[in-house]
Amino acid sequence: MFRSLLRFIGCTAGAAIVLAALAPARVSPASFTVPDVAKAKAEGLVVFYTSVDVSVAERLARDFQAKYGIKVQVERTGSERVFQRIGQEMGSNLHVVDVVNTSDAANFLVWKNSGWLASVRFEEIERYWPPQFRDRDGTFATWRATLSPIAYNASLVKPAEAPKTWADLLQPQWKGKLVKAHPAYSGSEMTADYELMKAFGWTYLQKLGDQKVMQVQSSTEPPKVLSRGEQPVMAGGNEYVIFQLQSQGSPLVLVYPPEGTPFETSPAAIFKDAPHPNAARLFYQYLFSRETQQLLVEFGGLRSVRAGLKEPANRIPITRIRLFHDDPQGVLKTSDEMKTKYAQYFGT
Amino acid sequence: MKVDLSRVMFALAVLALVAMVVLPVGWLVVTSLSGPHGPTLDNFVTLFTDATMIRPFLITLGSSAAVALLCVAVAVPMGWCVARTDMPLRSLVRILVMASLVTPPFLGAIAWELLAAPNTGFLNQFARVALHLDRSVHLFNVYSVAGLTFVNFLYTFPYAFVFVANALERIPADLEDASAILGAHPAQTAWRVTLPLILPSILAGALIAFLQSMTVFGSAAVLTLPAGFHTMTTRIWSLFQFPPKPALAAAASMPMLLLTLALLRAQQLVLGRKGYALVAGKGARRTIARLGAWRWGALAFCGFVLLNAIVLPYGALLDAAFVKIAPALPTFANLTLAHVHFVFFQLDATPVALWNTMILALGAATIATALAFVVGYLVARRTVPGWNVLSFLASAPIAIPSIVLGVGLFLAYTRPPLLLFGTLWIMLIAFVTIEFPAAYQQLVAVASSIHPELEEAGRLLGATPLRVLWDITAPLMRSGIVAAWCFVFIGAIREISAAILLFTAPTRTIAVVIYDLNESGDTGSIAVLGLLLMIVTFAVLALANRVPVITTAAEEYRA
Repeated sequence: MFRSLLRFIGCTAGAAIVLAALAPARVSPASFTVPDVAKAKAEGLVVFYTSVDVSVAERLARDFQAKYGIKVQVERTGSERVFQRIGQEMGSNLHVVDVVNTSDAANFLVWKNSGWLASVRFEEIERYWPPQFRDRDGTFATWRATLSPIAYNASLVKPAEAPKTWADLLQPQWKGKLVKAHPAYSGSEMTADYELMKAFGWTYLQKLGDQKVMQVQSSTEPPKVLSRGEQPVMAGGNEYVIFQLQSQGSPLVLVYPPEGTPFETSPAAIFKDAPHPNAARLFYQYLFSRETQQLLVEFGGLRSVRAGLKEPANRIPITRIRLFHDDPQGVLKTSDEMKTKYAQYFGT
Repeated sequence: MKVDLSRVMFALAVLALVAMVVLPVGWLVVTSLSGPHGPTLDNFVTLFTDATMIRPFLITLGSSAAVALLCVAVAVPMGWCVARTDMPLRSLVRILVMASLVTPPFLGAIAWELLAAPNTGFLNQFARVALHLDRSVHLFNVYSVAGLTFVNFLYTFPYAFVFVANALERIPADLEDASAILGAHPAQTAWRVTLPLILPSILAGALIAFLQSMTVFGSAAVLTLPAGFHTMTTRIWSLFQFPPKPALAAAASMPMLLLTLALLRAQQLVLGRKGYALVAGKGARRTIARLGAWRWGALAFCGFVLLNAIVLPYGALLDAAFVKIAPALPTFANLTLAHVHFVFFQLDATPVALWNTMILALGAATIATALAFVVGYLVARRTVPGWNVLSFLASAPIAIPSIVLGVGLFLAYTRPPLLLFGTLWIMLIAFVTIEFPAAYQQLVAVASSIHPELEEAGRLLGATPLRVLWDITAPLMRSGIVAAWCFVFIGAIREISAAILLFTAPTRTIAVVIYDLNESGDTGSIAVLGLLLMIVTFAVLALANRVPVITTAAEEYRA
């Protein structure tokens, strides 16, 4: 009863957010951040720590360089390692990173509270980003979003026999057949596991741990494992790499369970002590531009919270998917417990 | 006033070793005993009561012992075949063993994923076709303790091989001839004369194999997560996830540290004071066993080992580099240059990381060898008081898992007076420290095997100690010096565990880039980068073995 109530709330919140996303927000007339292109070019470089799939990151880097002649140094690794490294570097008073993006929205709360993030006001963001997807103080905003659905390889599993719900994954026939990312490495997996735990309790993860799941690190890897046929079913991994692989002809099928699908936002921010402050702002503006957001959707397979973008026709629009919503504060409070319990349930 | 040069050298060497070893280990000990409210033993209580700490420790011990046994079982016969028989293709076998020494365990592990992943691994696919098995059946599973043990064995046995083969080559024929003349059967000679002579090397080989696989991080990081277990190194690494628990990590490294010290001490006790000056002023010749038809059997044995260590893994990597989705047999339909194009033209990290890797490996090899030459000589000649302290300090890094050393260095060099984090220097210090024992063991062994009579002759003829060292000792140790340099160079290429903690964006190495790519499952790009790294490494090693400076010095000496 309580659970279904929660689910109901989650679902309505999802619909509300999506509806809000369709209506442009009102913008207060104030001084917006306008990057100084000449100074940015003089700096010549921007260092981008990100957890987005490396092919997407490098594509954006090339585009940006072609547009402004400024090199983007891409540092792609899992969210939790980006977080660990930035902590290590900032702790040593080492300022390397300009712009950051991870899939663990809780990271940004920590950085903001530490006073490490620059406060900016971009017109584009204030005009087109629903308020719940941008920080009030302008220190971060949701750059991309994705879902963590179930997926399977159609050359290994017949559609009729494929799992339809999260509960199906606990059936004995899927023992040893599942692949899943690890919440201690992947921010989106951390968020997704938190949402599943909220919906079904710790026992769900405990039972999943008994299924002899093949563990990988990043949430971008399970689709690749699925695609090469090492495992037939994905129990935890992201939607966007599935879209990418589908467009390359891989026979992967997405399943959005009726209980709900974890939704993860992935913010971006500029560091206050960025070594290339102007290039950082220009790059940030580029990341949140309409063109880049459209590119993320089409080429990257990602979801965007920006209002007014076109989604490819073969994708189920997010408005028609029942979502489990992300809760960075909750993730932040639970993350250590999640890692400990997870290690007990899954062995690593 | 005459300054005793050996004392100056001694002081400098001690200073360098203290900075390299004592500083980080000191921080480790302090950290392991510290808690949020001052000094505590809580970390050790956790260590010995928490099942998620004990299990990895037991798995690591079991797996490493198995690796050591496998290594001896394979390296002794292989070393004998190559060094002392007329087996065909001996030099090819030797080159391929070296290739497997150069192969970083993480690369080997990724290659073996392609070969022996339960469902898609090539070997399993072939076995299913050949034996008409169902798709659900698999013969090999690399994601298991056995899989990890096997992969670690493949890339560790060359250490044991080098020890054994070198020892077999250094044994002069006189002793074995004497045994034969006295009527001993060849097997008796082998058992009673040859084996005792190479026993120290076998023990050293087993020990190094055990320690290497206990402290290896790369292969474990690749294989244990999908398998659902931890080794000590991956567990320690996981303690650095947010919120980091450096104190527990430091404590977790203490059992490994103590175990290593105990093993090294045990080795000394077993060997006692047995010292063999096998290279003296007189010439030596070694006997070659004629195997007859058995030489094909010997070749098949060596070939089988190398098939697993080199031929299959590199075949799989080559395949992965050029097919769309590995593992799949190359066909015209699925061949692609996309991964090559990505690595060379799109992946931002390639040039920086390749440059850093080479600079670090060359720098570490040169510095470690120079230092090891001085320390090894001082220890071997025992001319200065305190040589045993020096020897201990020089061997100590072998006891420190490099991931732990990474932690220690991080603790030591992120605070004044030496703020080195974020520079290549901290990586260089880490690499030199980690690989130093390999160079030291090599050079102290070579220095000990050179009888002082040659140096004494030089000194009697009026040469200064420095001149003796340069004109007599160094040329005699030439092959040892080159070998030590190559050992460190290779070690630095293979190194990932300290680098993964100490790198920042501008100081990435290829190993770190491969680790990141592995995290997101980009096997094709890993294959291209891995092959590129191996090509460059072999080019450097080929050059190193024909450095003109060293060759000329030796030729001058002969003339």
